[in-house]
Amino acid sequence: MMKKFFCKFYLAMIFILLYAPIVTLIVLSFNASKTRAKWGGFTLKWYSSLFQNEAIMDALYNTITIALISALIATFVGTAASIGIASMSRHFKTIFMSITNIPMLNADIVTGISLMLLFIAFGVKFGFATILLAHITFNIPYVILSVMPKLRQIDSNIYDAALDLGASPIYAFFKVIIPDILPGILSGFLLSFTMSLDDFIITHFTKGSGIDTLSTKIYAEVRKGIKPEMYALSTLLFVSVLILLIAVNKAPKQRKEN
Amino acid sequence: MKKLIVLFTATAIIVSSLAGCAGKNSVSDAEKVYVYNWGEYIDPEVIDMFTEETGIEVVYDEFETNEIMYPKVASGGVSYDVVCPSDYMIEHMIQEDLLAELNYDNIPNIANIDETYLEQSKQFDPENKYSVPYCWGTVGILYNKTMVDEPIDSWSVLWDEKYKDNILMQDSVRDAFAVALKSLGYSLNSTDELELNEAKDLLIQQKPLVQAYVIDQVRDKMIGNEAALGVIYSGEANYTQKENSDLVYVVPKEGTNVWIDSWVIPKNAEHKENAEAFINFLCRADIALKNFEYITYSTPNKAARELIEDDALKNSIALFPDADTLKNCETFKYLGADNDELYSTLWNEVKSN
Amino acid sequence: MNKKLLSAPYLLWAVSFIIIPLIMIFYYGLTDKSGGFTFSNILEISTSINVKALLLSLLLSLISTLICLLLAYPLAMILNNLNVNQNSFVVLIFILPMWMNFLLRTLAWQTLLEKTGVINNALAFFHLPSLNIINTPYAIVLGMVYNFLPFMVLPIYNILIKIDPNVINAARDLGANGLQTFCKVILPLSWPGVISGITMVFVPSLTTFVISDLLGGSKILLIGNVIEQKFTQANNWNVGSGLSLVLMIFILVSMAILSKYDKDGEGLI
Repeated sequence: MMKKFFCKFYLAMIFILLYAPIVTLIVLSFNASKTRAKWGGFTLKWYSSLFQNEAIMDALYNTITIALISALIATFVGTAASIGIASMSRHFKTIFMSITNIPMLNADIVTGISLMLLFIAFGVKFGFATILLAHITFNIPYVILSVMPKLRQIDSNIYDAALDLGASPIYAFFKVIIPDILPGILSGFLLSFTMSLDDFIITHFTKGSGIDTLSTKIYAEVRKGIKPEMYALSTLLFVSVLILLIAVNKAPKQRKEN
Repeated sequence: MKKLIVLFTATAIIVSSLAGCAGKNSVSDAEKVYVYNWGEYIDPEVIDMFTEETGIEVVYDEFETNEIMYPKVASGGVSYDVVCPSDYMIEHMIQEDLLAELNYDNIPNIANIDETYLEQSKQFDPENKYSVPYCWGTVGILYNKTMVDEPIDSWSVLWDEKYKDNILMQDSVRDAFAVALKSLGYSLNSTDELELNEAKDLLIQQKPLVQAYVIDQVRDKMIGNEAALGVIYSGEANYTQKENSDLVYVVPKEGTNVWIDSWVIPKNAEHKENAEAFINFLCRADIALKNFEYITYSTPNKAARELIEDDALKNSIALFPDADTLKNCETFKYLGADNDELYSTLWNEVKSN
Repeated sequence: MNKKLLSAPYLLWAVSFIIIPLIMIFYYGLTDKSGGFTFSNILEISTSINVKALLLSLLLSLISTLICLLLAYPLAMILNNLNVNQNSFVVLIFILPMWMNFLLRTLAWQTLLEKTGVINNALAFFHLPSLNIINTPYAIVLGMVYNFLPFMVLPIYNILIKIDPNVINAARDLGANGLQTFCKVILPLSWPGVISGITMVFVPSLTTFVISDLLGGSKILLIGNVIEQKFTQANNWNVGSGLSLVLMIFILVSMAILSKYDKDGEGLI
C-alpha cells in the first residue's frame, strides 16, 4: 500500500515538473497584458486575433507540413535501414551505426551549418525543400534508434521457423518482423514528427527568404517580445493533441465493452 | 528484389518532386520584392498597403542580429532585394562590395529625411550613395525610480555594489564594450589593445553585480520589476514606461552609441526598381508615422515627426535627444575582421570569468 | 531477397546529407580564412577560456544526465508496472510537452523561476524562503533535465515493456530477492535502453547554448555558446568548425567508452 502511494506521489512530482511550464504558457495566453512579466486581466482576444494573423497561420502550415512529410519519409527510410543494418555483419553494423549517430552527436548548430554549406556549394535555392531535406536528415536517426532496440529483441528463430513452415520471406517479414517492431516504428515516427515540430537551430540555417516555421517565427519575435498570439496558438496545439490522445485511448476500450 | 525496386522508385519520385518544388520556388516573378528586415520592425499593415498601391508582392523575411543577416546576404544563397542593416554593418558591406548604388530618381521621398541623419550616415556611407535611414536611437540606462535612490546620469552606477543582482547588461559584444569604454572616457570604436583590456577588466569587475546578460528581455524584466537598472535601446523607453510608470530612460553624460538602421539594396538583388519603390514608400510621411507608432523607435523622417499628435511623444527627450545630449555620442564603425575577433575573445574572457 | 539492401536508400541519403556536409566541416576546420591548411582552429580548444567552457559543459551535462537517469529509471519501472494497455499513451504523455515550442517552454521557466516569478510568489505566500536559482548553473541543470528527461524515459521504458515477466518470475522462483532480481536480471536486460538514454541526454546537454542563454542569464559560457558565437557573432566559420570537430571527437570517445559496457556490443556506436 505504502509502495503504491509512493509510486503515485513520484509520478505526480514528475508530471508537475514536466507540465508546470506548459500551464504557465496556457495561463499567459489569457493574459490581457502584452508582456509576460505582468498580469493584465483575463482576455480571449489573442485567440481571435490569432486567426487573422496570416504570418502565424502560414508558419503553422509550414511547420505541420514539414513535420508530417519529413517524419513519414524518415520513418520509411529509417525502418528499412534498421532492418538492413540488423542483418549486417558486426563490422558493417558499426560503420552504419556510427554514421547514424553523427547527427545525434553533432551540435545542432554544426548540423545546421554543415547543411547550409552543402546547399550553398551545390547552388540549391533555400526554401521549403531545403528545410524538408534537413529535417528528414536529422529525423532518420531517431527512427533507427527507436527501431533498432526492438529488432535486437526479436528472436531470429521465429522468422526462421516461419520460413521453415513455408512462408515466403516477404510474407514472414510482414507477419513476423513488422508486428514485433511496430511499436518502435510508431514511436520513431512520433519522435520524428515532434523533433521536427520543435526544431529551431537547423531550420534557422536552412530556411530561405519568406518562409518561416513556428520556431523561427518565435525566435524572430524574441527580439521585440513574444506576441501573445503565439501562446494562444501553442495552447490550441497542445489542447488539440491532448484531446486526440484521450480519444484514441478511449476508443479501443469502448470496443472491448461492446 | 521487387521490393527494392519499389523502394528505389519511391525514393526517386520523392527526390524529383522535391526538386520540382525547389524549381517552382526559384522562378522569380517580376512583380515581387524580397525584403529582409529585423524582427517586428515594420507595421504589417504597411506591407499590405504597399502591395495594394503598387501591385508589387512583398516576400518578407526577418533576422535577429546583423551577424546572422550578413552571411545570408554575403553567401548569395538567398537573394534579397532590400535589407535593413545597422550602421557598422553597412560600412562592412560597402567594403565587401555587396551593395548596389541607389537611384535617387526612384526615391523622391528622401526629401522627408532630416538632413542631420543623412549627415550622420556619412560616417559609414560617406557619400550617402547606398543607404536610406529608417530608424535610429541611442543606448542608455533604463531605471526603476522606486529602486534607486540617487539621480542616474552616469554609466558608473552600473558598477555600484548597492545594485548587486539588480543590473541587466546587454548581451552583445559591441554594446557591452561600448558601455565600459565610454565610462572610461575612450571611444567606443577603440582598437587600442590597452584600452580594450582596461574595458575588459572593468566588465569582469562588474560581472558579479550583473543579474543577467540579455538582449531582448531587458524590457520584460524591467517591466516585471526584476531589476533596478538595465542597459536598453531608446526605442523601448516609451513602451516600457507605458507598461510600468516607474521606469525612466536616460542617456549617460559620458556619451553612448547612436545607431542608425538604414535600407540598402544588395548587389545581387533581382528586383532593384521594386526595392527602390519600397524604400520610397517607407519614406512617405504617413507611412513613416504608421511605422513609428508600431515599432516606437525614433524615426529620422522629419515630415513624419511633424505629424505626431501626442506632444509628449513628439518632444520626448528619450526618443529625440537634443544636440547637447548627443555631443559625446558616436556611431559604431566596422573595425575589421581582426579587431572583431579581438573583441569577441575579450568578451569571452569576461563571460568565462 | 537480401535484407541488407533495404538500407541502400538510407546509405544514399547519409552520404549526401551527413557525410558530405561533415567533410565540409572538416575542410573549414582544417583550413584558415585564405584556404591554407592549418591545425590552429583545432588548437583553439586549448585556450583557457575554451578549456574552462568545455569542462563546465562536461560537468553540467554529466550532472544532468545522472539526474535524468536517476529520475527516469524508477519512472520507467513504475510506468511499466502500471500495465497501461496503451503503450503509446505513456509515450505520448512524455512527448506532449514538446508540442509547446522549445523556446517558449524554456522562457516559461524564466517566468516561474524569476525573483518576482510564480514560484517565489507562492513561496512568499507561505512565508517560505525564496528560491534564487535563476541565472545560476542550477537553473541550467534544471532546464537540461526538464528538456531532455523524455529522451531518457522513453528508451528505458521501451525496453522494460519488452522484458518477459516470466523471466522475472523465474528469478524470483529461484530464490532471488527484489534487489538481486533487479541487479542480475532487469538491469542487464534494459542496458541498451539505458545507453540510448544516456546518449540522447548527454549529447544535447553538452552542446546546448539556448538553455544556458535563457536560464543562465548568459553569464555562464558553455562550449555550445562558444561555438555558436564563432558562427553567428565572430563570423569565424573556420574556428567554429575546428571547435565543433574537437567536440565531436570528444563525444565519440565518450560514447566509445560507454559502449564497452554494452554487453551485446550493440550499443549506439
